[in-house]
Amino acid sequence: MNKNKYKLKIQTLVVSSFLFASILTLTNCDTDETQTVASYTQLVMSDEFDVEGAPNSEIWNYDTGTGPALDGWGNNELQYYTDRSENVTVQNGLLVISAIEEDYNGAAFTSAKLLTKGKFSQAYGRFEARIKVPGGSGLWPAFWLLGENVDVDGWPQCGEIDIMEYRRQEPTKVSGSIHGPGYSGLTDPQGQVTKSYDLGNDRYDAGFHVFGIEWSPDYINYYIDDVLYNQITPSDIEVTPADAVYILNDGVAATADTEAIPGTDITGDWVFNKPFYIIINLAVGGNFPGNPDSGETFPQNMLVDYVRVYK
Amino acid sequence: MKNIKFMYSKIMLLTGLLFVITMSCERDISDQVEFAHLSKTGEIFTDSPIGLGSDFYFPYTGSKATAWSVDEGEGYESFASMRFDVPNANDPAGNYAGAIFRVDGSGRDLTEFDALTFWAKASQGVVIGEVGFGQDFGLNKYQVSENNVSLSTNWQKFVIPIPDASKLFDERGMFWYSAGTQNTGGNGYTFWIDELKFEKLGTIGQPRPAILNGNDVVQDVFDGNDLELTGLTQTFNLGSGINKTVNVAPSYFDFSSSDPSLAFISEYGIISVNNGSAVITASLGGVEAEGSLTVNSVGNFQFAPIPTLDSSDVLSVFSDVYTNVPVDYYNGFWTPGSSTGSADFTINGDNILHYTNFNYVGTAMSSPTLDASNMTNFHLNMYVPDNIPADFDFLISIEDWGANQIDNGGDDTRQQIFVDISQVQPDTWITVDVPLTLTSRNNIGLIIYENINNSSLSNFYIDNVYFYK
Repeated sequence: MNKNKYKLKIQTLVVSSFLFASILTLTNCDTDETQTVASYTQLVMSDEFDVEGAPNSEIWNYDTGTGPALDGWGNNELQYYTDRSENVTVQNGLLVISAIEEDYNGAAFTSAKLLTKGKFSQAYGRFEARIKVPGGSGLWPAFWLLGENVDVDGWPQCGEIDIMEYRRQEPTKVSGSIHGPGYSGLTDPQGQVTKSYDLGNDRYDAGFHVFGIEWSPDYINYYIDDVLYNQITPSDIEVTPADAVYILNDGVAATADTEAIPGTDITGDWVFNKPFYIIINLAVGGNFPGNPDSGETFPQNMLVDYVRVYK
Repeated sequence: MKNIKFMYSKIMLLTGLLFVITMSCERDISDQVEFAHLSKTGEIFTDSPIGLGSDFYFPYTGSKATAWSVDEGEGYESFASMRFDVPNANDPAGNYAGAIFRVDGSGRDLTEFDALTFWAKASQGVVIGEVGFGQDFGLNKYQVSENNVSLSTNWQKFVIPIPDASKLFDERGMFWYSAGTQNTGGNGYTFWIDELKFEKLGTIGQPRPAILNGNDVVQDVFDGNDLELTGLTQTFNLGSGINKTVNVAPSYFDFSSSDPSLAFISEYGIISVNNGSAVITASLGGVEAEGSLTVNSVGNFQFAPIPTLDSSDVLSVFSDVYTNVPVDYYNGFWTPGSSTGSADFTINGDNILHYTNFNYVGTAMSSPTLDASNMTNFHLNMYVPDNIPADFDFLISIEDWGANQIDNGGDDTRQQIFVDISQVQPDTWITVDVPLTLTSRNNIGLIIYENINNSSLSNFYIDNVYFYK
């Protein structure tokens, strides 16, 4: 019931071209004066990280190493991911992902990347986690989802929903984004669809915050704590085959007519209509945060209090 | 500025003693006591001074006292700001601008803030020397400063984080600044400051305190030596994502010694060494500071021979036996090129000049120059610890600045005193005592020590520098 009511409300808003402002205005005029942040309430999966030691193997897998192309996971990241207890463990009711400065298989840092690939995935619903990000420079903690067809159709066709990405250059902000074909972030005219939320008078590394999305066939809503700060809908995908220019990884521009890379669909499709799995990781360095300052303190810990999925 | 710093450490020493004594008879505060409610105002200057009282601006000695004014034609999003006219280097009324802003009356309770912030711009792009808060011409107990503040010709916001606001429950030192013309070739300029206030930003994080600038230092010291812990800083990450390092007074730190009976450290960062070896560490606001000092006692200090001449026959430049003539500084460096540092120390009340990483250094007496026309000899004691480098070759130059009393004013004359390796012994005070041959010696302005002929002397002590007859 809740779900339907909420959808109706949203659909009336979608008509408006300035979504975010409209939502705020409307909710401000609501009789109860509280913003409806989330409406999916039936818990499907959760990890409260209550059992000390290695994370629950029924939920979590690991990506290890430096990426399939040995290029720092496509982003020039510096860490070697492991599943060692030094890099990932559950302690005191928290998942602790530790980025460590050490020589390890040719990398200068180690860290961990957990994923539910092959163990849990879901289309639509509410995905949230309560996280405290580490405070150091040159770190890239993230909580995100990837379409489970990634191995078949590749990225960005599989779709990517970034619920939380943080870097110390902007300690009061995190961003939530989607990436897909024609709006992968490597594309022009439209890059990823993204928005950041600024705490204003606080910083994310100072405490825990709840980062979540609520995802239906027609929209993805982004919230932090009790604030709904963005909604992305299919109408935000502006790219059409006619105007798309696809910038390949080698930096060469290709149009729809000339590009011949298999699977590089540039139609700007809304691809968020199939199951996605969860990823939580702490990268070191790379294109987004830059490298750590010289003399930065390590280890740096990303703490996760819980991960919950509702429908 | 050197004078001010010197006084500061002296005052700290004295008050350190006082504090220790009164601590011992401290009693718990009765529940009946009602604390005075101090002002929690954060604003210092918005369009006019806020709550400072009438007598709040105290210029530094030697600075231009009229440098500060309220400019009603400039302001950050307003029509008034504080204007600072930094004088030309040759301004007879003062060759720099600098002052403290101290509340005229009770202090303020600043415990709920996390930064001093202000907007500033200048008449030209310029780097000004120091700004900060917590200087009150008293103990300056909670002084904080930022060095080398770069101003542009547009208004910019500056943030100076408070290392630990819980200490600032009764603070009168709202703001202080010191700005000269070192970076402008001696030419004056103007800068403006507006919206000067303490604020709770909430966006300052990642505190990283440090002592000795974060280095782990091992130092040999003599028994009875008092050392001052230096390089006290706190680095924060600001809301802009940029790291900001400020210089922090010792009283913000909690110091600890691995063995207080061997090396005791006061809340003012003064270390008294008795014997043995101990490690000094610190924390600030519960965060362990980077850096440590390991002090190794190397036994009793051997003092220089005590001068016995009658004081009426002596013009003393540096000694504890005689009253010294006015000296600008004992550690004048010429840049670029000089590497010399100072680690002066005091043992049982005897002050010793200690030059480190030496290549050359000067002692200056410009106001006034020294009239040694009645004197016949120059004397000093020198001590080279550990060992004498094989290439030791040392030159002392006594420089008279002539009638115009200006360094390099065209009429300077010099007497050179060479000290070669045959005259020195390791770990031994030697005496240099030579007749003055300088014909004109009524305007002595400089005594220069330097390594010559590629001498690698790095580390030595000097005491009892005087002229006599």
